[in-house]
Amino acid sequence: MSFPVNVPDAAGRFGSFGGRYVPETLSQALSQLDEEYRRAQADPNFQRKYESLLKTYVGRPSPLYFASRLTEQAGGAQIYLKREDLNHTGSHKINNTLGQALLTRRMGKQRVIAETGAGQHGVATATACARFGFECVVYMGEEDIRRQQPNVFNMKLLGAEVRSVSSGSRTLRDAINEAMRDWMASVDNTHYIIGSVVGPHPFPMMVRDFQSVIGRETISYCQDQLGKLPDCVVACVGGGSNAAGMFAPFVEHNLENNTGVRLFGVEAGGRSQQPGDHAAPLSFGSPGVLHGSFSYVMQNEDGQTEDVHSVSAGLDYPGVGPEHSYWKDAGHVTYTQCQDGAALAAFGTLAAAEGILPALESSHAVAKGMELAAGMSREETLIICLSGRGDKDAAEIARLRSESKGQ
Amino acid sequence: MSAIDETFQSLRQADRKAFIPFVTAGDPDLEFTADILPRLADAGAAICEVGIPYSDPIADGPVIQASYTRALDRKIKLNEIIDMLARATPRTSCPVVTMVSYAIVHRYGARQFVADVKSAGVAGAIVPDLLVDEAEEFKQICDAADFSLIQLVSPATPRDRAVRIAANSSGFLYYVSVMGITGERRELPPQLLEDVSWLRSRAQLPVCIGFGISTAEHVRQLAPVADGLIVGSAIVRRVEALADRPREECLGQLSDYVREMVAAFG
Repeated sequence: MSFPVNVPDAAGRFGSFGGRYVPETLSQALSQLDEEYRRAQADPNFQRKYESLLKTYVGRPSPLYFASRLTEQAGGAQIYLKREDLNHTGSHKINNTLGQALLTRRMGKQRVIAETGAGQHGVATATACARFGFECVVYMGEEDIRRQQPNVFNMKLLGAEVRSVSSGSRTLRDAINEAMRDWMASVDNTHYIIGSVVGPHPFPMMVRDFQSVIGRETISYCQDQLGKLPDCVVACVGGGSNAAGMFAPFVEHNLENNTGVRLFGVEAGGRSQQPGDHAAPLSFGSPGVLHGSFSYVMQNEDGQTEDVHSVSAGLDYPGVGPEHSYWKDAGHVTYTQCQDGAALAAFGTLAAAEGILPALESSHAVAKGMELAAGMSREETLIICLSGRGDKDAAEIARLRSESKGQ
Repeated sequence: MSAIDETFQSLRQADRKAFIPFVTAGDPDLEFTADILPRLADAGAAICEVGIPYSDPIADGPVIQASYTRALDRKIKLNEIIDMLARATPRTSCPVVTMVSYAIVHRYGARQFVADVKSAGVAGAIVPDLLVDEAEEFKQICDAADFSLIQLVSPATPRDRAVRIAANSSGFLYYVSVMGITGERRELPPQLLEDVSWLRSRAQLPVCIGFGISTAEHVRQLAPVADGLIVGSAIVRRVEALADRPREECLGQLSDYVREMVAAFG
């Protein structure tokens, strides 16, 4: 089996993964989006506007911070944090929503819809819509609304309407279903700003491209300031947008220059390896169709999507972006998982050691990053993508801690 | 020639149109589905469409979604649905087709799925999330088995693409009446009659209209331009409302509804 370097192809295929499995009603809009995106990519004016927003509005480049006390605790490789949590709105999600908002304007659409799990993408979409003057509706599962209250409030303050989704598991997966249904009826005047590298083509490609600023900045910082590439890079994977943005430039660099930077994607290991207890399709699932693309997914033998669990709303998703499936099978990235307890512990460790509250999603990468660093030498470097900040999780963590004390 | 082709041929000879009711497999239970299919046919249905419940049906509105959820909550399995169809189709005097997500077809194995539902007496499938662009391989499997692959055209479909979809469909062409999801609508878009007339003039296949249709008035309005009409949510809603009533009463009321709709074709 050979793996092409330039993915996806014109049909949106990353090897055998990806594609477009949607109702005919959306087909035309996706083709138009694909064409418009390709034109925008070739338009220096679009690129200039996007880069200017990243610099002056988001605050990019985000720092690569040497976590000396975390390094000491782990007792191995030098640990650096890519501080996406310092972006405007507190996560990497804004990189994508601004890009797609610029596209929305190009397409002459005035209304935007989005789904959100942890609320980070919802806030980043609401922010971009406020900035561009678009009407904004965010779909969010009832369970996620409960556990991510601060972000719900922020979205409303930014002028977005938050629609609660009470079907199915009342989490991210159901929010995507509802956003898709809205889009089926509203596609003429509405753009769907999908928040991760999932969904039908061209979304996985487009979101990866907008997020790849993370990996490009990391590579150039390492080359300029450290004089070498890192030995190892770690990122959490739900749908997988921060990981795709971090990894894509490294995968390309590794293939072109034979550099061998080791890449680790960390899925939500949840409570256990039993079906229903985790959200780790790359680790425990198999290829299937969900939400418009062919990728690893948690499904039963009948093709019904299985319930999944993660302590972090942003990773609580039964599918994953098709490019991750491709990278897994091609061996470009190693996928592993981290359980709820280890992620919660890493949240506390980073807070105490570095004075940084990481998002619970990112805490999965922190936990696995420390574990990997411990097995490496002091001459080596390891980068953890700190995809978001954890203020949104403080109340939920307090609740979980008091629950575990009560037991 | 497939069973669906034969149905439309005899309808055309009699200058009649197809009424196509939709029911969800296993709602409220599989025995009900097995019993209702022959009754729908006897009441005048030309083809029956059976929805295979799916956990994430993005093209479906709240009524059909909820029926899928009810069926799946009862842990109904795909092999039980296929067994039920094998029992029901010999007693049903019209062709039966399934509406099924490609997620299910893929997991089961496309070739195996077509073989198994065909041997259960099913004449064709509507796979709403399999675009013509992705359907090439599945189309070949269906063709080889003389199993109809009914593809969809929507108001958003450009005309050249609609012609291509028509050329890649078999049985009939499913014209989606509205932009959006399944579910009853009070009014249907004014452009609809013209669009369907145009498509019908270009397509070799019969064109049937679905989504949003629920009343005899809709039937009278659309019948002149279409070869058939598909009604889903209006029936599924009735099944839900009558689920607690004695079986015979429920079957009888649904038969009456179908008769009323068929009569509206004039």
